[in-house]
Amino acid sequence: MIKHLGLAFATAVFAPLAAHAFCGFYVAKADSKLFNRASQVVLARDGNRTVLTMANDYHGEPKDFAVVIPVPTVIRKEAVKVADKAAIDHLDAYSAPRLVEYFDDDPCDRMEEKMVVAAVDASEAKREKHADGAKALGVKIEEKFSVGEYDILVLSAKESDGLETWLTENGYKIPRGAGPVLSSYIKQNVKFFVAKVNLERHASTGFTYLRPLSVEFKTPKFMLPIRLGTVNSVGPQELFIYTLTRKGRVETTNYRSVKLATAVEVPLFVRDDFSHFYRDLFARAEQREDMRVLFTEYAWDMGWCDPCAADPLTNNELRAFGADWLHGKPTERPEEGQVFLTRLHLRYDAEHFPEDLVFQETGDRENFQVTCVLRHPWKGKAKCPAAREYLAAQPKAREKEAENLAHLTGWNIDSIRERAEAYVDKARPPKE
Amino acid sequence: MDPRVYQISVLSGLLIYGMGWLEFDIPPGQAVSILGTALSVQWICSRLWKLERFDARSALISGLSLCLLLRTNHLLLAAAGAAISIVGKFLIRWRGKHLFNPTNLGLVALMLVTDGAVWVSPGQWGNAAFFGFLMACLGGLVVMRAARSDVTLAFLTCYLALVFGRSLYLGEPLSIPLHRLQSGALLLFAFFMISDPRTTPDSRAGRIAFAALVAGSAWYVQFRLFHTNGLLWSLGAWSLFVPVIDRLFPGPRYQWVARPLALPDQPGSSTPNEQPALL
Repeated sequence: MIKHLGLAFATAVFAPLAAHAFCGFYVAKADSKLFNRASQVVLARDGNRTVLTMANDYHGEPKDFAVVIPVPTVIRKEAVKVADKAAIDHLDAYSAPRLVEYFDDDPCDRMEEKMVVAAVDASEAKREKHADGAKALGVKIEEKFSVGEYDILVLSAKESDGLETWLTENGYKIPRGAGPVLSSYIKQNVKFFVAKVNLERHASTGFTYLRPLSVEFKTPKFMLPIRLGTVNSVGPQELFIYTLTRKGRVETTNYRSVKLATAVEVPLFVRDDFSHFYRDLFARAEQREDMRVLFTEYAWDMGWCDPCAADPLTNNELRAFGADWLHGKPTERPEEGQVFLTRLHLRYDAEHFPEDLVFQETGDRENFQVTCVLRHPWKGKAKCPAAREYLAAQPKAREKEAENLAHLTGWNIDSIRERAEAYVDKARPPKE
Repeated sequence: MDPRVYQISVLSGLLIYGMGWLEFDIPPGQAVSILGTALSVQWICSRLWKLERFDARSALISGLSLCLLLRTNHLLLAAAGAAISIVGKFLIRWRGKHLFNPTNLGLVALMLVTDGAVWVSPGQWGNAAFFGFLMACLGGLVVMRAARSDVTLAFLTCYLALVFGRSLYLGEPLSIPLHRLQSGALLLFAFFMISDPRTTPDSRAGRIAFAALVAGSAWYVQFRLFHTNGLLWSLGAWSLFVPVIDRLFPGPRYQWVARPLALPDQPGSSTPNEQPALL
């Protein structure tokens, strides 16, 4: 039986490579997920120790699932775990771009602002014939074990032809063009972490989806191999990278990392259309940067959030991702200064991202998050000059919001104006 | 035209381009703090060392380069970087010649001692071919005017050979080494930092040896040790050996000259007693 081989690395990683399979998996989901074909990766990094947790959006048959990941060292069984999908979803919701609403007060009361968070989760929207032949082909099975629903092999190889033959003979379908990429990794003494699903054990777990895999290793390389994932891929892939580090923000050293626009005021109707809005905003930003950058969507000390888009993650959840240096109470959030979260979002293919992503942890502790602002105007009778001025300034403010939205998303300005005009604002400020 | 004036214009242009178009994370306060500190420290040191006159050009070049490269959340550290750069020129000298490229010294010193509070973002430039080309042209002009293009060319030749050689050996597609080389950070280093005529070895043979050593070590740090900023670490380390290289390959000392450009350097000017007024 030939398995579709998800070659990639950490990230786009689990995407099965057979093109026909790929299209099939996501078409039906286009309207229920904000970003299609999205993979999520959590990297917890402390010194040379890295824990890599990978979640994919795979919805095909478990028997067809397989993944090959280049790893810097031989991985032993103790270093591999299945992770909790809910924890990644939690991290995603916590760091997702959000909508923030402000209700203007009577200007005569000095315009104090009350803020309400209507955090919108962007990804709501979102989303055997082993040993004998191996030796002859120069492939060595360094480790062989099972974890959760996965059967795992760690391979080293002398040359890519042998590795390709071995994988093919053992039921993995190798995409055309993967040979040279495998070869360049082999020459760098990289090992290959190969996982496929054991159907019996998968059935016994009771999960209807494949749980994320987490792998720990020690290496000075702070990077994410994406090249295998781009071989033979149809169109660009979407990747979210969350890094947990001690010092501060993480950025790439071989590609630009750019902060997405934030705190921009947009018309109120966006409240009911946030998924559409954010998807178009992101697409537009990618277009503007010619798909050559990583966007920073969130960079913040995990000790606090403002506004919090979801409940803070607990020490336990973060330790499960590999942030072992946290020693606080399991069910409480970490203290300030203990762990810094960076969320990077990119869309990539081989043309625009020819080499693997290389990161560095910076000392940047400035907090950043993507917020889009809805401003509910005060509506009342003007009883003082400040209120008259406020009311007079409103048409200009609405026009500015429309222009912002057009600029961010590329939507037609006239239809934005029409929708803004027709929108009935039923939101009421929260009671104090 | 004094090559330094040209260099100041190019660096200012890059700073404006970086802040305006490439979203460099440089708060205006930080730029002011770096430039202000560089100029004031230069003025104070000129007084202390009893130089004939205060010259802002060299301090401005160091300050602008630091603005482009140094990243920190702390204004004081940014100012410290500028102060170290300038003071280093006056204090760390060997036979009348300062040892370190001032910007390189400020960056390396702070990266070593601040445990990550100061960093350099080599990825900030992106790698638009247009930008690389533009920088190369502008940079090329600067070095040719500064008459030390040999060190830049030797460095680039060695570095390119190593990066392409490794990719060829690994069988990587050409797009990978090209992507690595189309980097604003590399061009800035090659044309504006390693080319500093006041810190490179005096003789051509020495400069070429120096460039090869810097390129080889930078490549090793970057691609074998997997540390970022291999270029900066390598230049900082090899600068310490410039006196040795000068002893092995002696040559005339460089002097900034406004005109005529082709004026040959005078060997006598290298003695400590005849320090040029301009640093």
